[in-house]
Amino acid sequence: MKNWMLPLLLVTGLGLFSSPARSQTAAPIPASTAALEARVAGLEAYVKNSDPAGSKVTGVPGPGHNAWMMVSSALVLFMTLPGLALFYGGLVRTKNVLSVMAQCLGIAGLVTILWWALGYSLVFGKNFNCPFLGGSEYFFLRGVDFAPNTDYSYWVSQSVFCMYQLMFAIITPALIVGAIAERMQFKALMLFVSAWMFVVYFPLAHMVWGSTGFMNGVWNPQAFIPAVDFAGGTVVHMSSGWSALILCLILGKRIGFGTEPMPPHSLVLCMVGTGMLWVGWYGFNAGSALASDGIAANAFLTTTLAAAVASFTWAVAEYILKEKASVLGFCSGAVAGLVVITPACGFVDATGAVLIGICAGLVPFFAVIKLKSWFRYDDALDTFGVHAVGGTLGALLTGFFATEKANPNLTVASVAGKNGLADLVSSHKLWIAQIEAIFITLALSIVATVILGYTLKALIGLRPAPESERQGLDTTDHGEEGYVY
Amino acid sequence: MKKIEAIIKPFKLEEVKSALVEIGLEGMTVTEVKGFGRQKGHTEIYRGSEYTVDFLPKVKIDLVVSDDRLEKAVQAIVQGAKTGKIGDGKIFVLPVESSTRIRTEETGDKAL
Repeated sequence: MKNWMLPLLLVTGLGLFSSPARSQTAAPIPASTAALEARVAGLEAYVKNSDPAGSKVTGVPGPGHNAWMMVSSALVLFMTLPGLALFYGGLVRTKNVLSVMAQCLGIAGLVTILWWALGYSLVFGKNFNCPFLGGSEYFFLRGVDFAPNTDYSYWVSQSVFCMYQLMFAIITPALIVGAIAERMQFKALMLFVSAWMFVVYFPLAHMVWGSTGFMNGVWNPQAFIPAVDFAGGTVVHMSSGWSALILCLILGKRIGFGTEPMPPHSLVLCMVGTGMLWVGWYGFNAGSALASDGIAANAFLTTTLAAAVASFTWAVAEYILKEKASVLGFCSGAVAGLVVITPACGFVDATGAVLIGICAGLVPFFAVIKLKSWFRYDDALDTFGVHAVGGTLGALLTGFFATEKANPNLTVASVAGKNGLADLVSSHKLWIAQIEAIFITLALSIVATVILGYTLKALIGLRPAPESERQGLDTTDHGEEGYVY
Repeated sequence: MKKIEAIIKPFKLEEVKSALVEIGLEGMTVTEVKGFGRQKGHTEIYRGSEYTVDFLPKVKIDLVVSDDRLEKAVQAIVQGAKTGKIGDGKIFVLPVESSTRIRTEETGDKAL
């Protein structure tokens, strides 16, 4: 009986106290309505991830978007350290486990220095007015501070954006490690990566993501090729994957490849790394929305569906072929799904994601199982089979499954309407631009790696001495043992 | 004194140990080894690359016994380790020159 008394008292009290205001004439309207409207519009822009121009919140980051992007940056770094380090580390032999980890760590430090000095500006600057390279205005991160760079985001600090993109710049060359594992000298790899960043990654990233980029269909109204790549199917996976193939061919096979058994020394580490890659990929994919908004939300969903479906599809394919679903199969399938959905995640819907997942569980599966045995190249950890093939597949499938219902930027008049993207999307011909972008990425990666690889091979040599390779790179390149019993 | 070196299947170790303890033997040394005889290995497949794994895990037992206990010890090991399937292992007997208990410096059969 007493339960209803308190609420009743409260309601009555509210009624008693509020009615005097309502019974008077309306309160005076604030004089500066226009100013108030502008301020509210600024806050609405924050929530909707749009332009706050004219309000009081320009030139400052939006807390929610910035927070999400800082977390995403950490997630993408987590993919390299220790995600990739464990994934690859577990797949090599015991005597080389540390070499893989050292290569990941070395690349992280090296690329950070290059990014700070020149890389960020070369990718995301614009004072060269060039579709192939950005500019010099941000060398040494001059002018990169808490204020957003509105060419890329209204609400994320440019410093955060810079760090986020750094993590992509780090993981891309780290993927190459997979193809050259166990037989490339540490110093040769560091030199190769230094050169490769300037010749391949910085130009390619500018072309695809830079505001004056040659093939930035979503953000450059003057893009020559209005192709789309949400989180890096071309920039990250195709470039590293195809370069990895070329480099592994130049390097040659590991001693004993084909005759001696070289099974993974720890699938436990490999699986742990896979989990970290999957979780970190949410930062890679959903974070590429550069905001905590509906597009990020969609990318989060599509990433999940594609990864899980691909993992299961790969396992089913294995079961059909070998009557055993292996842990390595589940792991490879998940990674393949994540790779293939990468360029598409912000542009497709749930159905597209599932279909992409199925393709990702089958096509890279075939590449890894069959191509290697047909052509006998020693792609030690299947960087080509998963990242090159997967990235190419993803870039192409994006052309088929992208829909403006998932991402209105695909047909927005201000950019897509001007560079032809909107026309391609509405006439279902986006795949043509995708193929053009694929071709350019392929050509750049392959030609550059051929030149860099052979040049470095002639100048300092790429492989360790055969006895060092036999002994294991952990002791010969790093003076350490991974496991001391 | 004789040294018995027996290579057995790893999961049989507990049974062999119990059988030896039952006949009064009080010590042994055990090592994890790999090897093959006429038992074939198995194949493992990692992403389409097939490996035939020839070397199988085994356990090697070393123990030194006095001559009068040799026959019973060998029988105990056979009884504990036998499964009747290929890969059960082998027992070798070697002569031993001397033995010393380090704590008390006793020698000979007393030191076993």
